[in-house]
Amino acid sequence: MISVQKVSKWYGDVRVLTGCTTEIAKGEVVVVCGPSGSGKSTLIKCINGLEPFQQGRILVDNVSVGDRATNLPKLRARVGMVFQDFQLYPHKTALENITLAPMQVAKRDKAEAEDAALKLLRRVDLEEHARKYPAQMSGGQQQRVAIARALAMNPIAMLFDEPTSALDPEMISEVLDVMIKLAEDGMTMIVVTHEMGFARRVAHRIVFMDMGEIVEDRPTAEFFGGAVSERATQFLSKILQH
Amino acid sequence: MKLDFGVIWHNLPILFDGMQLSLVLTALALSGGVLLGAVLAVLRLSPLPPVAWFAAGYVNAFRSIPLILVLFWFYFLVPLVIGRPVGPFYAALIAFVLFEAAYYCEIIRAGIQGIPRGQSAAAMATGMTQAQVMRHVVLPQAFRNMTPVMLTQAIILFQDTSLVYVVTLYDFMTSAAIVAQRDLAIVEVYIFAACVYFCLCFGASRLVGWFKSRLEVAR
Repeated sequence: MISVQKVSKWYGDVRVLTGCTTEIAKGEVVVVCGPSGSGKSTLIKCINGLEPFQQGRILVDNVSVGDRATNLPKLRARVGMVFQDFQLYPHKTALENITLAPMQVAKRDKAEAEDAALKLLRRVDLEEHARKYPAQMSGGQQQRVAIARALAMNPIAMLFDEPTSALDPEMISEVLDVMIKLAEDGMTMIVVTHEMGFARRVAHRIVFMDMGEIVEDRPTAEFFGGAVSERATQFLSKILQH
Repeated sequence: MKLDFGVIWHNLPILFDGMQLSLVLTALALSGGVLLGAVLAVLRLSPLPPVAWFAAGYVNAFRSIPLILVLFWFYFLVPLVIGRPVGPFYAALIAFVLFEAAYYCEIIRAGIQGIPRGQSAAAMATGMTQAQVMRHVVLPQAFRNMTPVMLTQAIILFQDTSLVYVVTLYDFMTSAAIVAQRDLAIVEVYIFAACVYFCLCFGASRLVGWFKSRLEVAR
């Protein structure tokens, strides 16, 4: 469903992605991990065209992302994205955050969009917070609203960019629980995260990146079972030692 | 010297008419200036260089010319361009709108740039076009943040409307000047005019301060 083929990207003279290649099948959950600055976030932002890239090709449902002729808004409407710092619209309520794109982009009428939004809020267990503004909610609640917002366009895949990194520890699991449910429902997901417990539990594959390169790309059990590169071993030992 | 403030009482109707003109001109120039300023701000932030240059050129040009010159210009220029007189009111209004737009453009531009880029990225990720992101996500937040600065600029605009005496419009200041000279009550009338301007502008700026503190609580 998502095909990343030899993608390279530069910021000026600095090369941030080097020949990244991977495939994500329908219904697959892939966790992308690696040290900070390794290009994980940049790579998934290339998938929905939020970041341009200079070399290689990315196909989403057979649509080429980097192609000039591609209607990027139309493509992005089919791929949900969740950000590290939530980025809910502060001037809109939880419900309005979710209904904005369905009403403006998919041109659904208000009642229909709100109905769907309330169902999504129920799914992330926040139905009673529909009329609250982001500033009135905790980080974990905001992130769950952000997930509902991304789901509102009925995406064919979801991209998560470190969804729990900005959260206090006690709120991480409420967000991961929603993501686990989503994975179990068969959603295609690419998740940049350091949550190795989550990765072990729901990921089909782990992609390990370092210095802009995909160093490892293997089934979850194999990745955690040892027999991986030195760079990945080092990284794992650092984040798992506590 | 004996001051006789009775003269103000006798001339209240004419002073009131003048104030009405000042306020109407301020309100119309403010609305027009904000609207045109918003368009200019969007143009100025355009990724197309010629469009951005045009808007930047406009802003720099109007900010480098004294307002009184712009007023003169439009008073004499507009009739030449359209072939018939437009009267001092419309000439002044056009001049104020075009002039204020340059300042509002800069205020709005700063407001737009003050909205984190992540907000546009999040909105774009849901499939919205650039224009939709501007309209529904960036501009509403930007306007809320810049309301205090805009109101402060509106107070300056209100004071600047007194310059319309150069195009023979009878605003509050001009009416006061006429009364002062006709009734030989220069000191009384100018003291009164200063008090009126002070009360209105100081009151309005206190209101802006209160509004600002409320915005900060709401955030």
